[in-house]
Amino acid sequence: MIANFGYKDGSGEFFITIDTDKCNGCGDCIPVCPAGVLEVRENEFDPLAEDQMAAVKEEHRKKIKYSCAPCKSDKSSGSEPCISVCELNAITHSW
Amino acid sequence: MAKEFWRWKEYNWKSEDIDWKGGTTISAGVDVGSVSSQSVILVDGELFAYSNMRTGSDSPMSAQNAMNWALEKTDMKLENIHYVVGTGYGRVNVPFANKTITEIACHARGANFMYGNTVRTLIDMGGQDCKAIQCDEKGKVVNFLMNDKCAAGTGRGMEVFADLLSLSIEEVGELSFQIDEEPEPVSSTCVIFAKSEATRLLRDGWPKNKVLAAYSSAMAHRVVTLLERIGIQKDFAITGGIAKNIGVVNRLQKEIGIETLKTDYDTQIAGALGAALFGKVLAEKARK
Repeated sequence: MIANFGYKDGSGEFFITIDTDKCNGCGDCIPVCPAGVLEVRENEFDPLAEDQMAAVKEEHRKKIKYSCAPCKSDKSSGSEPCISVCELNAITHSW
Repeated sequence: MAKEFWRWKEYNWKSEDIDWKGGTTISAGVDVGSVSSQSVILVDGELFAYSNMRTGSDSPMSAQNAMNWALEKTDMKLENIHYVVGTGYGRVNVPFANKTITEIACHARGANFMYGNTVRTLIDMGGQDCKAIQCDEKGKVVNFLMNDKCAAGTGRGMEVFADLLSLSIEEVGELSFQIDEEPEPVSSTCVIFAKSEATRLLRDGWPKNKVLAAYSSAMAHRVVTLLERIGIQKDFAITGGIAKNIGVVNRLQKEIGIETLKTDYDTQIAGALGAALFGKVLAEKARK
């Protein structure tokens, strides 16, 4: 499953995408995020399965443009800590 | 008190063909949304009763009211229900729920039941948010995206417009086609800005229906941009209150060039229906 966490507003599209077919819930992405945006929780979108997945915390979901801003100052987009640390390439950002 | 044009009718329904006492698994789903709350009762996976009403300021109370109203026409009691699943914004506030499940999973499951297993892309146009979902033939979520940061393209936006134009919310869909020619969409989909824009158009002498048409197409366009991110695969269906608004639905169909599936079920109960279907599976699992 492709889970898009974030929003779209007048200033653009801000989504962190987790591919649950790749994510194994290892949690490597959690400590590398300076803003503490991610967490590992039950895959709530498939209530009959019991697998764990990385997800954006509810309190950050509607403001990730700002939460993620510190890592976005770098010009080399695609190398944000959460993206680089994930060996399974399960995380992508839309901006 | 002045007439409130946005007020839609609350209702409940009961199947005449099902004798619930003969059922093995009775499950219910309660969807406490931002604007409306629904409750659905299934007997062995068959639709037995449901209700649809406005959510009040008290979520646990809204959940209770919706449940009671679904039960009202029946001689069933809450104790007779084996498993209750809560969903929607207020899902943590359903006091009698055995489990809560996100509305994204429930809408996909509900649409699969309502529209059949050919549904691949689904958009839930709810009271205060919009969810674009891709699902497989079992109604399992494959890809989703939710926009709940802004009320553009939602039922609440349409309610605001119905009120502004003094037209009943049930009629705005039809009325938006009673125009000489299709106007340009309003440039802003933000409800607040769109409302100021509409006020100006009215002052410029635009007839109400034309303003409505301009807003309906802006709303349709807004939803299409959400869909583009997840991709549109056939078959395509809409759930939620806006699915009943032909003015938005037809314009949306035209923009994406795909017909939406039709259903005899009430599109507003999709979330609660999905929750009740999950409830059935979970009740059976618990029994084993």
